[in-house]
Amino acid sequence: MLKQMNGPLLKTKFQPASEVSSPEDQAAAVSRRKTALTSSRFADAAFRYLMLGCALSVLAIVVLIVRELVLSSALSRNAFGLKFFFRQAWDPVNGDFGALPFIYGTLVSALLALFLAVPLSVGVATFTTELCPRKLRSLLSYMVELLAAIPSVIYGLWGIFVLVPILRLYVEPFLAKYFGWTGLFGGPQFGLGMLGAGVILAIMIIPVITSITREVMSAVPTQQREGVLALGSTRWEMIRVGVLRNARTGILGAIILGLGRALGETMAVTMLIGNRPEIAKSLFAPGYTLASVIANEFSEAADDLHRSALVEIGLALFLITLLVNIVAQLMVWSITRGSAARATA
Amino acid sequence: MIQSKYWWRSLQDKVIVGLAAGATFVVLAPLAAIFGYLVYKGVGSLSWNFLTQIPKPTGETGGGMANAIVGSGLILLIASLIGVPMGIGTGIYLAEFGKKRFGNLVRFTADVLNGVPSIVIGIVAYALVVVTQKRFSALAGGVALGIMMVPIISRSTEEMLLMVPQSLREAAWGLGIPQWRTTLSITLRTASSGIITAVMLSFARVAGESAPLMFTAFGNSYWNFNINQATAALPLQIFYYATSPFDDERRQAWAGAFILILLIVVSMSLVRMVASRGVFKGGN
Repeated sequence: MLKQMNGPLLKTKFQPASEVSSPEDQAAAVSRRKTALTSSRFADAAFRYLMLGCALSVLAIVVLIVRELVLSSALSRNAFGLKFFFRQAWDPVNGDFGALPFIYGTLVSALLALFLAVPLSVGVATFTTELCPRKLRSLLSYMVELLAAIPSVIYGLWGIFVLVPILRLYVEPFLAKYFGWTGLFGGPQFGLGMLGAGVILAIMIIPVITSITREVMSAVPTQQREGVLALGSTRWEMIRVGVLRNARTGILGAIILGLGRALGETMAVTMLIGNRPEIAKSLFAPGYTLASVIANEFSEAADDLHRSALVEIGLALFLITLLVNIVAQLMVWSITRGSAARATA
Repeated sequence: MIQSKYWWRSLQDKVIVGLAAGATFVVLAPLAAIFGYLVYKGVGSLSWNFLTQIPKPTGETGGGMANAIVGSGLILLIASLIGVPMGIGTGIYLAEFGKKRFGNLVRFTADVLNGVPSIVIGIVAYALVVVTQKRFSALAGGVALGIMMVPIISRSTEEMLLMVPQSLREAAWGLGIPQWRTTLSITLRTASSGIITAVMLSFARVAGESAPLMFTAFGNSYWNFNINQATAALPLQIFYYATSPFDDERRQAWAGAFILILLIVVSMSLVRMVASRGVFKGGN
């Protein structure tokens, strides 16, 4: 490798002074070497500052995001104040805005997704790290990764034409018949609604939770497993005592990262949730989320107050996901000791 | 638990193993369903016209998404020009210089940026570029997607650079090679396959994004090669057609989705090939 590395540079600039014969040549060589050193010192510094500039730009981007969101939402913040987040009104024609239905829709759809995704994800992670034959391991994790690579809009497309009919014809009548008494499954069965959004979100966040849970479980030292097995435990007891108990903070972090992902997800939810700013008890009823109201209305918002209200919703979304991600990141870091938790790849 | 009867423990074990395997099956089922349905619908809907023509007026049959495919390419090119150098530069900083507190701050900020919902980044690109230019443009879309690429690339680049053995760097310094040269020609080259993987993964991730493009690139029914004009993009066009009442437009949505997923799967497979060839094996 080093041989390919620019031989000429080494020969000319770093010739040892002793090989040069006459004193003049020697002096020249010394001064050449000095300039080479200073120029490389300069180049080193320049390189370092260039890379520092790149790193600073990451900070700058986040500062810029906050600044733009705060500035552009000023109109709405002044008009409605903090009450904005507790009002149900959403009337662009009369300029009356409140974010409560969207906050409700975002939280309910995300929690529903977690409820469905968490047991499955932990199951898959357990199976792929602890139980399945070694040969299957990389194939299975590749397939789960593939699930993460499908774009949101394709999930939405599939959701509209495949998932929604299934929900409407089979799942919702079933739920209404056997669990109707809870009050969560009443009313007309459209297929489009909170339930559909929750299911598609669950499918979308499973790969996120699974891959980080796998990472965290793999970080548990093998001695832990061997120690428990040596006490005569079954595999499940080994997993429960030796692995899950050690990895629980990290797994909780993975779940919260999944939550952060579900809260900010836009396209698939917009296509499936039904887009009606209402707070309904039934999960069959249409809802609306923070992200999807921005997606639907931002480019068409005619007056400044409407646009400003949408930016304030964006600000709220940013702050919520920021908080959730910071908590999750700290938890995952505490297990994997600072190596990148790849939430997205 | 350990004291209880063996048959009970063994049964419990079997049930849990069964449940875990079952969960894996349940999770992979939608994957198979989505891919199967996509191929079934997509291949049937693909046609030469789809790949070569621009959309017909709403409601008319025929036409295609050629302009959206080219538009996506244009937007992704701009995004890569912004995101790749910045991401790799940040990664180099973190791996080579960022051992201290400031490095941790940057690392943390990159992770935060990674978690920002794409639609919020769309709003920011709108405020920064569209408002300044006073029109929707491919440039604005590229800026939004470029911002999204930075944290993905930088964190993986850092990870890859840290895997390069310290002795390689020391050998280079020992030969009197300046640090910048060592980083660029030795460390970065050794880690190149991993970094290419990271770039391709980030590319695959943003290629399917439509939320931040809705009010930046906006979409366009005609050809556009000007980065200062509104531009069609494949994911955006799929979204508009998926919610359309016309059968022919829905058919095209499926065809578009098929092309998009093909693009993503091909780049993911390339990644796996590059990664499995393993530059780390020989060091060169």
